[in-house]
Amino acid sequence: MANDKQDTTSNLGEPAPSIHVRNVRLRLGSTLLFEDFSIDVVAGGITCLLGLSGIGKSSLLKLIAGLGPSLQSGSVQADDGKPISDRVAYMDQRDLLLPWLNILDNVTLGARLRGVPQDRDSARDLLRNVGLAGREYDRPALLSGGMRQRAALARTLMENRPIVLMDEPFSALDALTRLQLQDLAGHSLKDRTVLLVTHDPFEAARLGHRVHVMAGQPAQIDSILTFSGTPPRDPVDTQITSYYQDIMRRLHQVNSRNTDEAEIC
Amino acid sequence: MLIRLSFLFRVLVTICGLGALWQAIVWITQSPPYILPGPVPVLEVIVTRMDFLLPHAIVTVTEILLGLLLGTILGVISAILIHQLRPARRWLFPLLVISQAIPVFAIAPILVLWLGYGIASKIAMATIIIYFPVTASFMDGLRHTESGWLELATTMVSDEQRQWSVLWHIRIPAALPALASGLRVAAAVAPIGAIVGEWVGASAGLGYVMLHANGRMQIDLMFAALMVLSLFAIMIYFTIDGLLRRALPWQANSAPTDTRT
Repeated sequence: MANDKQDTTSNLGEPAPSIHVRNVRLRLGSTLLFEDFSIDVVAGGITCLLGLSGIGKSSLLKLIAGLGPSLQSGSVQADDGKPISDRVAYMDQRDLLLPWLNILDNVTLGARLRGVPQDRDSARDLLRNVGLAGREYDRPALLSGGMRQRAALARTLMENRPIVLMDEPFSALDALTRLQLQDLAGHSLKDRTVLLVTHDPFEAARLGHRVHVMAGQPAQIDSILTFSGTPPRDPVDTQITSYYQDIMRRLHQVNSRNTDEAEIC
Repeated sequence: MLIRLSFLFRVLVTICGLGALWQAIVWITQSPPYILPGPVPVLEVIVTRMDFLLPHAIVTVTEILLGLLLGTILGVISAILIHQLRPARRWLFPLLVISQAIPVFAIAPILVLWLGYGIASKIAMATIIIYFPVTASFMDGLRHTESGWLELATTMVSDEQRQWSVLWHIRIPAALPALASGLRVAAAVAPIGAIVGEWVGASAGLGYVMLHANGRMQIDLMFAALMVLSLFAIMIYFTIDGLLRRALPWQANSAPTDTRT
């Protein structure tokens, strides 16, 4: 029992499903974000999503999490046929910690909202794992941006969900903290179905099993790269350099195509 | 401690400044004492007639505090009901506006008629006068919860549980700073309700003393009662302000940290 508690990171009751977004159409205001848009998120792996700002990456995450406006057409399904939205943990680029709760209470927020007993021991373990031992009873305002984002990661992991959706979770951190948190995330998200939106090709090269590049308006998946090896990859590995170059090449192609289109118009 | 001292210093300077201004107006206008007595004779009256003024002050302060308590309870309950129940929103919101549209001065005689000359009618006045600022500010706070928090909660808890649990654990605590600013306004206006109530009909309280002294041309006593009233009103305001600050220490940064900036 004690063992179970400690190992919350890989204690999934069921295998993580793959997610299939099919022929989705979504209009936000006057912008047609998606038209006949499809994407597959692999089961038990990290799928990274790159693309220009405003292309609809966050909207896609919210769509899968069941947060967004209702679909106009198309479908979002898990391969096991069960609903997705109650199996999702969501992490935003903002820490979204509640300022009136201490860090420990923030990490156990899910249990509090569901009205079930809080597993405070697991929460403490997770906080130790993300390097926040000793800060459990501090309010978020006392922590630096990097520490708050660590707490947000602990809260995400505490939910222990098979599907994890992350919206640029490390984009605001300094380079070193970002590397550390990528390591942490890479290890603790093992065997979960993860969709990670990022602006950072290097992050995708470190963490992605698959990397999707989104482009155009309405957006489409422009290219898919598949990487071998287990994330998190060593930042000084030569393999990572070649992955990084692959991604940059695709991004560059997408970008120049966009510029061409703009010139034709 | 330093902050407290500098605060006291500011209060003292303000009081001395106002006193000096008062004295200057008396000198410049050459007002006779039955129109505008100077600050020194008024202070003398406060000291010599303390045993007379204090019981009346206690009555007024009791009315103010009970009015504040009752108005806050009613305001908080209404705000939650209006926010949470859609049918109630349609019925209660117009009532709320009406409660503010009818001048409290106009219903004072009715309240005295119904609730009598005792403190009940004054408590009712104070309650009515603070009900709107409390309800409106809390309702506003409940409505404008940071959307990121709500989205996060949506991923954590199922639909059927969500409404009340999110209200209790996220919306209400997030709205407390807004409620606090409503309570500060309430603390500042509640004395108006109590005093108006006393003017209309009472047998005790500082408002009663003022009216009575005015009728007997005891202008210095009237000013003394006014000063005691202001003193208590200021004390009530700062006590409530201090308690609110202590109760909501996160208030200065109640917005979620946007790490992008």
